[in-house]
Amino acid sequence: MVRDAVGIGVAVGAYGLSFGAAAITAGLSTAQASALSLLVFTGASQFALVGVLGAGGSVVAAVAGALLLGSRNTLYAVRLSSLLPLRGPRRALAAQLTIDETTAMATAAPNPLSSTAFWATGMSVYVLWNLATLLGAIGAARLGDPAVLGLDAAVPAAFLALLAPQVRARRLLAVAVAGALVALVAVPLTPPGVPVLLAGLAVVPLLVRR
Amino acid sequence: MIWAAVLLASAGCFALKLAGWSVPAGMLERERLQRAAVLLPLPLLAALVVVQAFAGDRSLVLDARAAGLAVALVLVLLRAPFLLVVVAAAATAALLRAL
Repeated sequence: MVRDAVGIGVAVGAYGLSFGAAAITAGLSTAQASALSLLVFTGASQFALVGVLGAGGSVVAAVAGALLLGSRNTLYAVRLSSLLPLRGPRRALAAQLTIDETTAMATAAPNPLSSTAFWATGMSVYVLWNLATLLGAIGAARLGDPAVLGLDAAVPAAFLALLAPQVRARRLLAVAVAGALVALVAVPLTPPGVPVLLAGLAVVPLLVRR
Repeated sequence: MIWAAVLLASAGCFALKLAGWSVPAGMLERERLQRAAVLLPLPLLAALVVVQAFAGDRSLVLDARAAGLAVALVLVLLRAPFLLVVVAAAATAALLRAL
């Protein structure tokens, strides 16, 4: 469990640094980047939001993309609520910490330890994620023109590195590739941000077919 | 405008998390709904990869970002760590532009 926690810490630090830099590259201020990490606190949604805004997309398209990516946290919460019965402010706090990492650690831990695993992972990821975001944002803002540094190329690479471990199965890879193709076709035809939303339709065939 | 997006996404993402903690057990257990929420990030992330790498102003362009993505793809296939993938992609694009 400790080795898992250290691994998660390193990954979250790296991911947070890239997010801070990506937010600045997209034209956000350091305060806006930090506000996202403090308040949204779910990486893929934050990356999607700044990606769409940076491409000139509307607020609606950017928020819609973030919410679609955040919807899996709802299911994580359903699973966690059966493991950890919480009410009131503690439940609200637990809700904010409901993300990939905390769900994975809490569900993997043996039952009496799932609460400890959840809170320890949640607190440390929250602190690391926000520190790394701040450092990444300050660093990118100091360094100057993001294009000269290639930071705009770092963003798609970050998404790819995030996606790769999730599509080892061929069926899942097919859904991802279909989404990419839909988005490429849509780029010249629709306003920025919309291609990403349309790509979500790629899951439909897998839901209809039994 | 950016602040509006930041605050709306914050409220919405928190509501999505809290909803899962608050609905009665069984309400979200429908299998198709679960599959949709698990699968949805895959095409969205893939779309973000290609849009961030190839989208210009309402057109597709091939520039230094594409070279960065190619390097990232090789490193991902070799299971390189996250930070190495990201830094190598940025360095590739920066180098090409400096030439």
